[in-house]
Amino acid sequence: MDSDYSMKEIVIISGKGGTGKTSIVASLATLAGKKVLADCDVDAADLHLVLEPEVLSRNDFSGGKKARILKEECTACGKCIDACRFEAIHYPPVASRTVHALPQINPTFCEGCGVCVRVCQDNAIAFEPAVNGQWFISDTRYGPMVHARLGIAEGNSGKLVSLIRAEARKIAERDELEFIIVDGSPGIGCPVISSITGADMVVVVTEPTLSGQHDLDRVAQLTSHFQIPTTACINKWDLNPEMTRQIEARLKDQGIQSIGRIRYDPAVTRAQIMKSSVVEYTGGAISEDIRSVWRNIIYALGYFINK
Amino acid sequence: MKIAVSATGKSLDDQVDARLGRVQCFLIVDTETMEFHALDNASINAGGGAGIQTAQMLSEQNVKAVLTGNCGPNAFQVFNAAGIQVIVGVSGVIRTAVEQFKSGAFSQAATPNVAPHSGMKGGGGMGRGRR
Amino acid sequence: MTAANNRRTIAVASGKGGTGKTTISTNLALVLAQQGKSVELLDCDVEEPNCHIFLKPQIHSSKPVNVLYPSVIQDKCTGCGVCAQVCEYSAIVVVKNKVLVFPGLCHSCGGCTLFCPEEALEEVERQVGIVEEGSSSGIHVIQGLLDITELMSAAVINGVKKSAGLSDIVIIDSPPGTSCPVIESVKDADFVLLVTEPTPFGLNDLKLAVGMVRQLGIPFAVAINRCDMGDGEVQRYCDDEHIRIILEIPDDIRIAQAYSRGEMIINVLHEYKGLFVQCLETFFNQKDPGLNTGQDGQ
Repeated sequence: MDSDYSMKEIVIISGKGGTGKTSIVASLATLAGKKVLADCDVDAADLHLVLEPEVLSRNDFSGGKKARILKEECTACGKCIDACRFEAIHYPPVASRTVHALPQINPTFCEGCGVCVRVCQDNAIAFEPAVNGQWFISDTRYGPMVHARLGIAEGNSGKLVSLIRAEARKIAERDELEFIIVDGSPGIGCPVISSITGADMVVVVTEPTLSGQHDLDRVAQLTSHFQIPTTACINKWDLNPEMTRQIEARLKDQGIQSIGRIRYDPAVTRAQIMKSSVVEYTGGAISEDIRSVWRNIIYALGYFINK
Repeated sequence: MKIAVSATGKSLDDQVDARLGRVQCFLIVDTETMEFHALDNASINAGGGAGIQTAQMLSEQNVKAVLTGNCGPNAFQVFNAAGIQVIVGVSGVIRTAVEQFKSGAFSQAATPNVAPHSGMKGGGGMGRGRR
Repeated sequence: MTAANNRRTIAVASGKGGTGKTTISTNLALVLAQQGKSVELLDCDVEEPNCHIFLKPQIHSSKPVNVLYPSVIQDKCTGCGVCAQVCEYSAIVVVKNKVLVFPGLCHSCGGCTLFCPEEALEEVERQVGIVEEGSSSGIHVIQGLLDITELMSAAVINGVKKSAGLSDIVIIDSPPGTSCPVIESVKDADFVLLVTEPTPFGLNDLKLAVGMVRQLGIPFAVAINRCDMGDGEVQRYCDDEHIRIILEIPDDIRIAQAYSRGEMIINVLHEYKGLFVQCLETFFNQKDPGLNTGQDGQ
């Protein structure tokens, strides 16, 4: 790879859910130049509702192995039930028992550790990769997009997030794109950590509420631990201007760069219903707010690089 | 001396790949004879801990050094335990990189050069200790 | 949890974040407490717990949540490598007869310790979070806090749930989404209230959450927050799927502002108290079969 080719990966997260992260990502997708989009909010992926991707390739995702009892071999000794730390194996409820009541593995709670497979003396437990979802490479009106759908009640979202980011990076390298724009997930746990590690910049979208402030504090500790350059913008800032000022002062103390305020506007919901990004939908003041946030992201990237 | 290079392809004229745990393959090169063979990376689709598994695989090859772009803390720890020299920040054509290594142009990394990846804390899940 | 006879557990959950789970669970708990019921509120959103902002409980106890990981007893270990073969998570590797443990990758399955032929591994504990207990306005509040950079949310959630069990009614404020931490939060509940908002994002994420509770086989109903802000698609979906809507909160800027200041709706906007009272009456009047499944007609 040429050293003068510099692609930047920007991850938008929120700590608290429902602050408007995905709506802002959709607008940044509209504004940014050559880019690939990655929807890493795999638990509740919504970006496709606005960007209407046309799926080009569809792939199974396996988060790991799962255990399955082979009825013909099982002697119902119950060793697996005792060995499973995740309480995933039980005898069926008494009422539904037949004469030969065999243990059952609940795939939702199976952690794929394989301990039951090894304690079973009858070789009666199969242990195979499970398909937990699908991931897609798609085309949208704003360029390529990598996204996924996890199966109902499936775990292992962290691994899926890593996979989506890696695929988006491959596309960015192949097409020499300028930006990878990542829609991250709420919280501070496993999928979030997988979304941000190694990124060039994190943008935290928060709101002027006590909850927003509290959640921002925790997410800021996380990005600081992983030493990722972090910026923040305050969405719906005019809902509580005093709180907005408080949060901005706090950001300054935490060494996080403020990259703007976005006002409250019911047009955000209307745009969503029309399957448009906000900047596509309205030329109103809110779109100017978002444009200014994007400009500040670009400035901040330059600042971090020269630092 | 046998060394491993993370590679974009299976010849000495391919490039050094910046990745370690998620690289497609390694070239195992004998620095005296420049004889080599390619080794597919079985950990490329691993869940968490791809770097750890990769490092373990390379230690079984009895290589004395690894040339790559980036190495995270977990893999670094494994290489250390195995007594394998880690050289990071290497790029360009593999043949040239090996020559540079022979001429002593590289110095061994004292610390990992990238932050932990998601693999650091595993794939998450329902894991919990009961007690 | 110790079993109380008539204890009812209601989990408040949602696919999408920021739909109003915390608002609804705290206000429901407060209504119950004001009615003289014995009630516990479990904040299982251990990544970003927020109930305390609204209820401001006096915390009277705090204890660590620990998980197990293996530790090597050096003079027994022969470096045979069985532990590394057993581990599905790369949390333990053996190089040059030396065992390396990566605690952060360990899922505490116990496999390595169980299968070590030399009994050279023992399980030790490390902290991944804390559980705090306190009280506020007659509500027993239990909240979990995941340590920053830790991944094992489910372990902390489990710790919160184990600390409960003293009251007749338990309200669980779940994390957003539909994956492991949510399942850990709601799986033992008698009933799940799924909160959403009437927007395309809200609808998409509601469908995922409905899929999850149906798979778990738990009775559920829907609450729509800011019910007059978007389109009618959520209502239409619930009609089609025979899912009961048992709470609708209007889009009122005063609610949003009270929320931003950390105030309880029923304390500052009295006219909305009736909504929560009614919702609870519907819930406790479980003779109504439509409430139970969201699955009739299938």
